Amino acid sequence: MLEIEKLTHRFGGLCAISDFNLSLQKGELMGIIGPNGAGKTTLFNLITGIYRASEGRMSFEGQELVGAPAHGIVNLGIARTFQNIRLFKEMSVLDNVRAAHYAHVKDNPLTALLRTPGFCSEERRILKRSQELLALFKLEAHAGKPAGSLPYGSQRRLEIARALATGPKLLLLDEPAAGMNASEIGQLMEFIAWIRKEFNLTIILIEHSMRLVMAICERLKVLDFGTTIAEGAPAEIRVDRRVLEAYLGEEVTP
Amino acid sequence: MPNPSYFFQQSLNALQLGSIYALIALGYTLVYGVLRMINFAHGDLFMVGGFFCFAAATYLGLSFVPTLLLVMALAALLGVLLERVAYRPLRNAPRVSAVITALGCGIFLEHLVLARYPYPQSVPELVHNVTWHVAGLSFSSLQLLIVGLSVGLMLLLDFVVRRTMVGLAMRAISWDMRVVPLLGVPVDRIITFTFALGGALGGAAGVMYSLAYPVVDPFMGVLVGWKAFIAAVLGGIGNIRGAMLGGFLLGGVEIFVAAYYPSTYRDFVAFALLLGLLILRPYGLLGRPPTQKV
Amino acid sequence: MNTPTITSRWTACGESILACRWILPFLLVVGGILSFVIPSQGLLNNYGQLILATVGINIILTVSLNLVNGYMGEFSVGHAGFMAVGAYISAFLTVKFFPYGAAPFYGFPAAVLAGGIGAAVLGLIIAALSFKTRGDYLAIVTLAFTMIVKSVLENIDAVGGALGLRGIEKLTTLPWVYFWTVSSVWIIRNLVYSRYGRGILTIREDEIAANLMGVNTRQAKVLAFVVSSFFAGVAGGLFAHQLQFINPSMFNLIKSTDILVMVYLGGVGSLAGSVLSASLYTVLLEALRPLGIYRMMFMPLMLILLMLFRPRGIMGLRELAWFVPKRDLDAVSPDAVPPPEIKRPLGNQPG
Repeated sequence: MLEIEKLTHRFGGLCAISDFNLSLQKGELMGIIGPNGAGKTTLFNLITGIYRASEGRMSFEGQELVGAPAHGIVNLGIARTFQNIRLFKEMSVLDNVRAAHYAHVKDNPLTALLRTPGFCSEERRILKRSQELLALFKLEAHAGKPAGSLPYGSQRRLEIARALATGPKLLLLDEPAAGMNASEIGQLMEFIAWIRKEFNLTIILIEHSMRLVMAICERLKVLDFGTTIAEGAPAEIRVDRRVLEAYLGEEVTP
Repeated sequence: MPNPSYFFQQSLNALQLGSIYALIALGYTLVYGVLRMINFAHGDLFMVGGFFCFAAATYLGLSFVPTLLLVMALAALLGVLLERVAYRPLRNAPRVSAVITALGCGIFLEHLVLARYPYPQSVPELVHNVTWHVAGLSFSSLQLLIVGLSVGLMLLLDFVVRRTMVGLAMRAISWDMRVVPLLGVPVDRIITFTFALGGALGGAAGVMYSLAYPVVDPFMGVLVGWKAFIAAVLGGIGNIRGAMLGGFLLGGVEIFVAAYYPSTYRDFVAFALLLGLLILRPYGLLGRPPTQKV
Repeated sequence: MNTPTITSRWTACGESILACRWILPFLLVVGGILSFVIPSQGLLNNYGQLILATVGINIILTVSLNLVNGYMGEFSVGHAGFMAVGAYISAFLTVKFFPYGAAPFYGFPAAVLAGGIGAAVLGLIIAALSFKTRGDYLAIVTLAFTMIVKSVLENIDAVGGALGLRGIEKLTTLPWVYFWTVSSVWIIRNLVYSRYGRGILTIREDEIAANLMGVNTRQAKVLAFVVSSFFAGVAGGLFAHQLQFINPSMFNLIKSTDILVMVYLGGVGSLAGSVLSASLYTVLLEALRPLGIYRMMFMPLMLILLMLFRPRGIMGLRELAWFVPKRDLDAVSPDAVPPPEIKRPLGNQPG
């Protein structure tokens, strides 16, 4: 589904990602872990088109991603969340989700300006879908509130709801467990498993929380200083010498 | 260039106008550099500086140096007052609210002066103008004085910002206003100082302007101010050397277009050039794009 | 953002007239009739009619600038430039091409429309520039644009150069002003409450995140600038045929500042605020005329005080229920019915 070959990206002289390869199958849940600054978020920024890769190729279901505009990549079916929540804070919860339907509306500006019947039926459809999504995420009671006024946990949920509103096939989650305690992480694990099934998603998860990735990911990739240092099932990663060194320092013996 | 001496004369004019633009542009850039906000009343500080100069020369009969110092002090005070009224109470409000209060302060100042002086006033000669002729070229002492003084003030400012503790604090606030107080930097005092500095430079520009073009009117701050603002942006707003560069560049373009083409083309060419430059370098000549973290 | 937050407050006070949406069509019809009756029956003297027309023109200018500066969150100071283009194109057409007599019937509306379209074309250019520059730099682009328009007009002899264009017929009548005012508010309201409008809002909130949620921000920007400048052009056309004389320096930065003040006075991202502030500002400015020069000191003082106590303007980020489409209003009302029977995975989480 997602094929990445020899992806390399440099900021000035610094190599943020080097020679990254990935072949993702439909339906997979893959984890990418690594210490701070290992290049995980940069990878997401490359896939979603915020940065243009210095070298390498990326394709999603046969479509080339390098050089495509960010909104075009979303429309191919790749959505993401952000490490530091980036909701449209002053817009209502409902409008956050509705805004993410942008690409899925079949109308043109003129019908919107004149509010034609065709436009209205599209609006109704989007509204209904958005309300369903909000209800699914238990946010419907807050539909009219500014997104920034929600408590932290709800903002995280809303961010995922918003990402799902774009109609993705591949969902990129950037540290969804950041700032959560152990019991919340437990709930999050169930939740991710659930949306994966319900929305028929392929997921890539960036995470610090070892507990989360070890529990739910089928396959892991470990990054350090932009290079892939290990890859495999959680059980293999757990005992990998290089991973332990990267995380705990060089003196550690397994 | 058909006539070298004409060209030389125009170059001097360009330097003179450019140094005035640069002085005003510095006021914009200083405040922007610290607060990340445009001080829309700055052009009017410049205008009030011109009127202070007029008043000091006409009513008090002061000579050039005391006039300059007095005007700079008063304009600095006005700058501080402006910050207290328009910016400080709104530091946590939406950015644009402070912009609007500053605009309001500017309009207020214009009409306050207009109420007192409904007609443009002519400024008495403060400096006796001598013209020297050297090798077929003529130098006017006034122009040399204006350019020299402006450049001196700019070098002084550059030194303050780059080499002193206050300058370091200013740069630090511009970096992150929330963290800096935790490091023991007195943010309020530094911001006050910044506005005083900007005001003083604006006042000095007002004096220079009324020496060079000895008529002051209450709305002169609007066009000259906005142009200086453009100069600041041209150089990369927030960047001190950029503001100087932008000021001289704009002065040069205006003078030379008017010198070789009909003068009605002056604004057109100046602004078209600005647009072109901004398209090529969206963040000014010496500016850097803001880093965006995703 | 704006809408749902306040509308729920307005609808909460159920008896409030302001919450009754059926009054709006009624008011619109009454307004339409009045716009014909006032001049024909002489209900107001010429001066009163002039003020009414100015209120209308200022509403168009304010609402359209609010689209770019309020909803999209840019800081354009170029509205006077667009206005100038509209004024000159339409005045040039009625003066040179449409003969006297025929002008009021088809010539004038066509000329005003042409003015709007001309301004919209320039809006397209500004929009293209806004792809690369944002924030303060875009403010400068619009500033430079205003100056260029003024300077170009001063150099075109066919429209009178710096002296201006004279002999424009007085074709701006109250019904026409009313028609354009209502249309501009209606169309901009339609835009704001559409997917494009939500796209425009997301640009203000977080442009990168907007892109990553599939919003074609370029398209949204183009739309905002084109619609906004179109109506500025229309307002310019009405203005020219009201004053019967225009020159390039009328459309200077002071004019732009005036419109900016009305936008921020009323509140960014609020149509009700714009309509309210444009009316208040225009009427107050006239009412204070006896103060002479002190009037212009009083106005900025008021503005400063207002900003100090209400930094977000009269309406803040709120909207009056009248200006919100019914569907959007219902969607966030407290008694909106949630879709029935959905299996939720989050049963044990706090809501």
